[in-house]
Amino acid sequence: MIDSETALTLNENDGAEWQLLLYIAGQTPKSIRALSNIKKYAEEHLAGKYSIEIIDLLKSPQLAEGDQILAVPTLVRRVPEPIRKIIGDLSNEERVLVGLNIKPVTK
Amino acid sequence: MQIEGFNAEEKFVFPKAPTGIDGLDEITEGGFPKGRPTLICGGAGCGKTLLSMQFLIKGITEFNEPGVFMSFEEPSDDLSLNVKSLGFDLEQLKADKKLVVDHVRVERSEIEEAGEYDLDGLFIRLGYAIDSIKATRVVLDTLESLFSGLDNQAILRAELRRLFHWLKEKGVTAVITGERGESTLTRQGLEEYVSDCVILLDHRVIEQVSTRRLRVVKYRGSTHGTNEYPFLIDEYGISVLPITSLKLDNEVSSDVVATGIPGVNEMFDRGGFYRGSNVMVSGTAGTAKTTVACYFADEQCKRGEKTIYFAFEESPQQLIRNMKSIGIDLQKHVDDGCLLIHSSRPSLYGLELHLLTLRKLIKEFKPTTVILDPISNLISVGSEHEVRSMLVRLIDMLKFNNITAMFTSLSKQTDMIRPDLAEESVSSLVDTWITVRDMEGIGERNRGIFIIKSRGMGHSNQVREFIITQKGIELLEVELGPDGILTGAARQSNALKNKLTEVKLQSELDRKDREIARKRKVLEANIEALKNDFESVEEELSLLKATEAIQEQVGLNKKRND
Repeated sequence: MIDSETALTLNENDGAEWQLLLYIAGQTPKSIRALSNIKKYAEEHLAGKYSIEIIDLLKSPQLAEGDQILAVPTLVRRVPEPIRKIIGDLSNEERVLVGLNIKPVTK
Repeated sequence: MQIEGFNAEEKFVFPKAPTGIDGLDEITEGGFPKGRPTLICGGAGCGKTLLSMQFLIKGITEFNEPGVFMSFEEPSDDLSLNVKSLGFDLEQLKADKKLVVDHVRVERSEIEEAGEYDLDGLFIRLGYAIDSIKATRVVLDTLESLFSGLDNQAILRAELRRLFHWLKEKGVTAVITGERGESTLTRQGLEEYVSDCVILLDHRVIEQVSTRRLRVVKYRGSTHGTNEYPFLIDEYGISVLPITSLKLDNEVSSDVVATGIPGVNEMFDRGGFYRGSNVMVSGTAGTAKTTVACYFADEQCKRGEKTIYFAFEESPQQLIRNMKSIGIDLQKHVDDGCLLIHSSRPSLYGLELHLLTLRKLIKEFKPTTVILDPISNLISVGSEHEVRSMLVRLIDMLKFNNITAMFTSLSKQTDMIRPDLAEESVSSLVDTWITVRDMEGIGERNRGIFIIKSRGMGHSNQVREFIITQKGIELLEVELGPDGILTGAARQSNALKNKLTEVKLQSELDRKDREIARKRKVLEANIEALKNDFESVEEELSLLKATEAIQEQVGLNKKRND
């Protein structure tokens, strides 16, 4: 599910409107859950205008300091500014959307 | 919660990581538990961060143990700046790959919690920092900030527990700081997790003088000093002052150092004080305590002994000028580098800082003689109890370094020989106690000096009068009158009386001599007269004999003719 590369960009989209980073520490159930959750939400609400980068801190621990990562999994919204962080396995959709400041697509 | 304890082997040689902090290693008998977390807690501004930082820096500079400082409160730059004023150069240590400072920013407004998480990110960061410089010391300052940044307390607590286990497994000596709580040692009850060694810092203000105190609340597997120990933060960082060294096992010397005052030396059987002993000179105002002390200083300097003179009342210049008037040139010794005069007002700072200043100067200057003039002034700074405890520590330190010390002490009561407060509190501590006192008599005041005690040395029991002239102190010979020892005018009148008696005696003698001479003359005359008598009788007799012989002759001739 998660590639063994250190940083895996899920969909090549450098100029994406939404640039998300997901910090994980190894393939724990929590990180797997977090990844599938964010993918689901992104597809639902941000289809076509997002990119997700996955950073495995076990492989590149030096990256943790830059984004002030404390807890894992942590989802970081790099773009648009300001930087937002959501920690946890992202199972609570509402809080994720609030945290990312995504207005839910009208249902 | 119990953290699995020590095994039997550890009990015997408990491994410790020395802190390198002055005094703290003595209290903890070697430092913090090696490879285990130690909790330092206390209120705001009591020196937690500094203590932990000093632990790291000393570890690097003195014991070659690289360290990681994980700050949850201050950014790395601020930290560098803060400790720079204390003489620690964090940037240099960082460049040398001996130190990593990682600032963990926990900003509640930036973080949204959505679902389950763990603190592996923190573990990884810490682990990475530790591995990158092979650190053996770690400081987490202040971990409790996490509680304000994150909501889920259950996860947090579970993760903290895991963190401490993980730190132990890593084998690093960790220091965790925590803010003091209302009824608990730390606000978040961190002491539950870290129970190997807990150190409590405290900052109190008593009568406008602040004192910082440190106490080892617990230390598993090791004995430790249990008292509250004052500590100081000054330009060199933290130093803790153990109240007293636990043992009285300093070396003693049988060397004798001279007092410097001619005459006083003779009052001691061995001609002075023992080296390394404490001498107290007490007396009322104006009894020449300072002069006695300066004589001692002068004498020691002349013998090449390095001396520090702590003056709590006079400035060095004033002291030198005053002593010049009685023929003591202290300036010469100051110029030679033999004498250091340190003046400070007692109220300048608290007792502890005074003690520390003394300690520092003693450490730097390495004197063999120390003079404190006067100690009674310190009472204005602290209570009697505090002064005593400070003096005990001071005396301990002096004895430990085999420094001969002289204290002067002002006594308030004039008519009592026995002491007041300051003296009472120290009298049992000092080895030798000399009192200079006023002896008031008919319209005059004389100075007397005597020895109250001198441990391990016989001494004179007399009160010796002394006078201070331009040539200095002069001890006068003991003058015994009908009512005891005489001083001042009584001494002079006694001397006059003695002289009169002497003159009288002399003239009497002369008179007797003359009389004898006269008697001899009479005798001789008598003898002459008797001799003359005798001679005339003798002559008469021989005349008679001659006449008789002639008559006989005539008689014979007559018979023949017949």
